Amino acid sequence: MTPEPAVLDVRALTKVYGQGGTAVHALRGVSLRVERGDYVAIMGASGSGKSTLMNILGCLDVPSGGRYLLDGTDVGVLDERRLSILRNRRIGFIFQSFNLIPRMSALANVELPLAYGGVKPAERRRRARAALRQVGLADRMDHEPNELSGGQQQRVAVARALVTAPALLLADEPTGNLDTRSTADVLGILDRLGLSGRTIVLITHEDEVAARAKRVIRLVDGEIIEDRRQAPVDGPPPATVVEGVR
Amino acid sequence: MSPWEILRFALRGLTANKLRSALTMLGILIGVGAVIMLVAVGNGSSEQIKNNISRLGANSLTVTKSTSGGGGGGFGGFGGTRNRQQSSGPRTQAHDLTVDDAKALVDPVNAPSVKSASPVVTSSSVTTTYEGTSHSISQFVGTYPAYLGAANKELARGAAFTDDDVTGGRKVVVIGRTVADDLFGTVDPLNKQINVGGTPFTVVGVLKESGSSGMQDADDVAIGPLTAVQQNLTGFGGLNSIVVEAKSAKATDRAQSEVTDILDQRHDISGSNTADFQIMNQASLQSAVSASGKTFTVLLGAVAAISLLVGGIGITNIMLVTVTERTREIGIRKAIGAPKGAILGQFIAEATVLSLVGGVLGVLVGVLGSLFKVVGVKPVIVPSSIALALGVSVAIGLFFGSYPANRAAKLRPIEALRHE
Repeated sequence: MTPEPAVLDVRALTKVYGQGGTAVHALRGVSLRVERGDYVAIMGASGSGKSTLMNILGCLDVPSGGRYLLDGTDVGVLDERRLSILRNRRIGFIFQSFNLIPRMSALANVELPLAYGGVKPAERRRRARAALRQVGLADRMDHEPNELSGGQQQRVAVARALVTAPALLLADEPTGNLDTRSTADVLGILDRLGLSGRTIVLITHEDEVAARAKRVIRLVDGEIIEDRRQAPVDGPPPATVVEGVR
Repeated sequence: MSPWEILRFALRGLTANKLRSALTMLGILIGVGAVIMLVAVGNGSSEQIKNNISRLGANSLTVTKSTSGGGGGGFGGFGGTRNRQQSSGPRTQAHDLTVDDAKALVDPVNAPSVKSASPVVTSSSVTTTYEGTSHSISQFVGTYPAYLGAANKELARGAAFTDDDVTGGRKVVVIGRTVADDLFGTVDPLNKQINVGGTPFTVVGVLKESGSSGMQDADDVAIGPLTAVQQNLTGFGGLNSIVVEAKSAKATDRAQSEVTDILDQRHDISGSNTADFQIMNQASLQSAVSASGKTFTVLLGAVAAISLLVGGIGITNIMLVTVTERTREIGIRKAIGAPKGAILGQFIAEATVLSLVGGVLGVLVGVLGSLFKVVGVKPVIVPSSIALALGVSVAIGLFFGSYPANRAAKLRPIEALRHE
């Protein structure tokens, strides 16, 4: 084991829905380590348990068994209050359906995690603006979600996930609801984040999306059946090499 | 997360659905407004009745012949030997109240609390005319000048008749506002002669308006010297009543017992005999009326309180709908790290703002509404009812808002997010 703990360290994770004969085993002992700076794509057909895994990694759901260490902290023993702090500071979550809060401007949406984290309003504003600039939405800050296109909404969501500078960025099929151009936009942003050394775990069932990650994990029936490295952890994501993004 | 921040989230939540928030507030508004106004109306009407009674003279006692005052006990016996007993024995007939009775009541030794005692005779529906105009005075009173003070009659113009007028039996009269208006219209009534049942009376004064007290018009009166009224209208029979004025409001009870003692003695009332007179005490009447007025106010308040409660249930209902409708939003907030307290605070703040704003508007409406007369009653606001109604409405917001808020805060993020 390296002296620096892995960002993500999952051991023999299981998740069972229901009980007895009707029980569904969504995860059957998943073990996974993700080092700092890695860009991991988790692939699998629907029902393979990848969303369940993602929800557990995002501390939105609790596993039925196994251990989960995030940045060296055992999540299983944390109480409700500490879990919310963990979600706030360490994890940035990007949803397939964007999940922006309606009737709140893009800027307010991005500020929200900082507000819950207790950051002062002026500082909050500054950081939220910076995050929105980073995703190329400097001119859309005051628009409400329903005035933005899907791609723009997802970029706001990415900014919201980024703004707290979390140790781990989780993306649950971030391009699943987007057209080709918006997909390229969002993936471009993720590539840049990967290049700048952020730890990203994303779920997808599209090969093109997975091809951009440094490491691809394939999940079938709640078990990892393939773990393929496409690029070194401390190197650039493969796409940036091919396309030469900055 | 500062409280200010939580409040801002709450306001944003409320303004997102303005119509619904406004209607919910309306429920509380009506409740609070109703409490304040109905209590004010109840209070106002009991105050009005109290005023009417005190207008009759707060310090006065009215002694009347008791209608039920028949004989008490059996006959003492027959035979001449018992002759002496007849005078002090059980009576078969009630004594009339006499002028001498009234005079006996003004006694610094036996009745130190009595300021004055005025014998009163009254004649109802007396037809009077002045230059062809005719008016039926509902009450023509014959009495002493002291009566005016005891009965709280003040003069607007002219002067009262004097003791000399009484002894001289002069035909002068003081008339009430209604009589003056009906008989004279715009003409100055002072020193004019009016014809009362064929006898001319000179108007020497006009009474101040005292307003109607219940059924009868207190201004439809004429007051003249006892002797003149007896001579021309009522005859020299017994008095209708004796109006006794105590030295102060506090002294009325003492005065009552002094009057009772003196009259008992004069009318040979002792032990087993029932008194042949009764004393009406304005103060005790007043307290009885104010007690019933309070009951009335409490009743109105209770009805209003129910509407306030209904308003509170409206808040719960709306908050439950809001929580259900925004379950997904709650999930998003939790997923990005909102602590339980922030969610709880937001929804409780929403409910409290609803009830507080509704309550404040209700106070405004209640206070404004109380400026107008309601079914002839001038509402008098009870300050404590404002504090109470507002306090209760905020408490309702907190209480009824906390259940939905708790439900929201307890939601597991993944369940909330899956909610569609």
